[in-house]
Amino acid sequence: MLELIQQYGLYFLIGQYPSGPLGGLALTLILAAMGLLLSLPLGLAFGLMRVSPWGWLRGPVTGFIYLVRGMPLLMVVFWAYFFLPSITGVKTDQFWTMLIALVVFDAAYLAEIVRAGIQGLPRGQMECARSLGLPYLRAMRSVVLPQALRNSLPSLVNQFISTIKETSLGYIIGLTEVSFIANQINTLVFTKPAEVFGALGFTYFVLCFGLSRFAHGMERRLARRGLGSHIAPKVAA
Amino acid sequence: MIELQNVNKWYGDYHALVDVNETIASGEVVVVCGPSGSGKSTLIRTINRLEEIQGGQILLDGRDVHDPRLDVNALRAGIGFVFQQFNLFPHLTVLENCTLAAVQLRKLTASEARERAMALLERVGLAHKAQALPSQLSGGQQQRVAIARALTLKPPVILFDEPTSALDPEMVGEVLLVMRDLAKDGMTMVCVTHEMGFAREVADRVVFMDQGAVLERAAPHEFFNHPQHPRTQKFLADIRSPFEKSAA
Amino acid sequence: MTSFDPQMLLSGQYHDMLMAGLWMSLQYLAFGLCLSLPLGLLIALCRLSPFKALRALGACYVEVVRSIPLLAHMLFWYFGVPELLPTALKEALYEGPVESICAVLAIGFYTAAYMAEDIRSGIRAVPPVQLEAARAIGLPYLRAMRLVILPQAIRLTVPPLISQTLNLWKGTSIATVIGAAEMMYQAGQVESQSFRSFEAFAFASIAYLGVSLAITGLASWFQHRYPVRTM
Repeated sequence: MLELIQQYGLYFLIGQYPSGPLGGLALTLILAAMGLLLSLPLGLAFGLMRVSPWGWLRGPVTGFIYLVRGMPLLMVVFWAYFFLPSITGVKTDQFWTMLIALVVFDAAYLAEIVRAGIQGLPRGQMECARSLGLPYLRAMRSVVLPQALRNSLPSLVNQFISTIKETSLGYIIGLTEVSFIANQINTLVFTKPAEVFGALGFTYFVLCFGLSRFAHGMERRLARRGLGSHIAPKVAA
Repeated sequence: MIELQNVNKWYGDYHALVDVNETIASGEVVVVCGPSGSGKSTLIRTINRLEEIQGGQILLDGRDVHDPRLDVNALRAGIGFVFQQFNLFPHLTVLENCTLAAVQLRKLTASEARERAMALLERVGLAHKAQALPSQLSGGQQQRVAIARALTLKPPVILFDEPTSALDPEMVGEVLLVMRDLAKDGMTMVCVTHEMGFAREVADRVVFMDQGAVLERAAPHEFFNHPQHPRTQKFLADIRSPFEKSAA
Repeated sequence: MTSFDPQMLLSGQYHDMLMAGLWMSLQYLAFGLCLSLPLGLLIALCRLSPFKALRALGACYVEVVRSIPLLAHMLFWYFGVPELLPTALKEALYEGPVESICAVLAIGFYTAAYMAEDIRSGIRAVPPVQLEAARAIGLPYLRAMRLVILPQAIRLTVPPLISQTLNLWKGTSIATVIGAAEMMYQAGQVESQSFRSFEAFAFASIAYLGVSLAITGLASWFQHRYPVRTM
């Protein structure tokens, strides 16, 4: 095992960089981070549209979300891979294809998290903001969303963990993320597949488990501050 | 100031408000009471359009409140509303709760809003809690902040929807005192409440509702001592303690 | 882009390929469920048991399996596990449909971790006072579980389990990575043979959506027919 790490460790971590494109674990992390950063605003927008009082907005967005959530991510990746070039006219490389597929897919899931966060607040909050004279969007921005997003933080971190796992699908379109690299290493070494793929699993475990502990700690801290999805405010004696 | 003319409302087949007619003059304090489900909360919520009506008209200073062309946000900024569940915004401090609307709606500058809010918090006795979060306050304190919040935009009328029903008994008094002071200062108030002591002392008129209709209206003295309608008489008898009755 | 040709999907060799893929995917779903449900229940019970070792074992399983993507699981089962087996077993494995076996094992073990958590949450969601009350009227522990706790827990647990089944269904698509001839793989094959990518993927998409809708419909029906009874 040790020789494996010595010989292929760097390849595993950063791919063929600098003599080639960045790959391996570094690419996985960059892809996941960019995916999350781009899907958050999109997911927020979709979530707001999903709860909006205007049916012409709510309907199509809800339909779109159900469509995306009903399909495997791999399907979305394939659609992006085979059809983005014809739509954009440019031959889209694997990284951008994967990124776009991830962003669209995650936005649909984030939309539902945002929706649940908003609908988890007591109805009185929106009502009260409106009765003070605040228009709908302003009330959303100043009163509902700050609370809803704070309550959703653990779910959002879990979504990031999912995104890291989702990057593994880049393997199928030849993106040199960490799973692909592991497979390459396995083909080179050939006699130690259990070790190679065990190491792959271990890497993901450290990453994702670490983040999930972080989410856990955050959830506990939120609950202590009296936020989270409780309904009634805590009333001191 | 507020005129309700033949107001009718249905929830599906359920007739929630039945031909309600009422006029509330400037400076009047009107208490609306009645059994559960009588429509009193629904009625008060139609005045600032938290509920829609299907028949009749509600006029605020001559303007039709339910006119679809009316700017509902401007309307609501001009009416104070205090909820049973206080509904303070838990992520903002007490002071921020009060200044939010004024600042967001650009009615006042940040410093003007702060000054006015502090004065109001002073008035309700909570200036020292300006930087606290709602979760650090008792129920009675939260409701008093809610009243200060409703007053920040200086609305000419303020509506109360069972303001003390969610409070522990020992905190009811502090809220009622604030409401009485408001009344003394000449505020126009419409108050849905079960607190008959408040009605007796502070109201100019008591309105009794049952099953969506107004059955009786009278000055407090007349209302409590000489109720006319048999349903009103039963209601007043019911709300007296059952232990009193057996002694009588 | 040449015009859309639905005819291709309705009959002929490509239709047969896609239908074979769909059938394979459905089989993975069925076998995967048969593995993950009992295994999930077992792990949930481990996590709830009074023995610390069992609890730790269950917790480890769940945390490790859930932190690793399904694709990595598939690769490990297909490339790694056979090497760890004794030669006789390995040869027997390669005689049979090794891709399908590894795919089902990977999906089954992966989904079991998620189901275990949902089952555990369901049991814990029954208010502990219910067990107290059951014991207080004289029922022994196991009887109390069977007559009072589990019936309540089942109604709470089924909707999230159906949600996991949905994930399992979508997860079957990942088996394409190890060459299993399920629907995604077949769609890819049809695409490379006929260059009709749109029709092939449209078929696969509709198939995935259709079964997803059916599973979601089942969840809604269950919640309607057997709502959670609270006080």
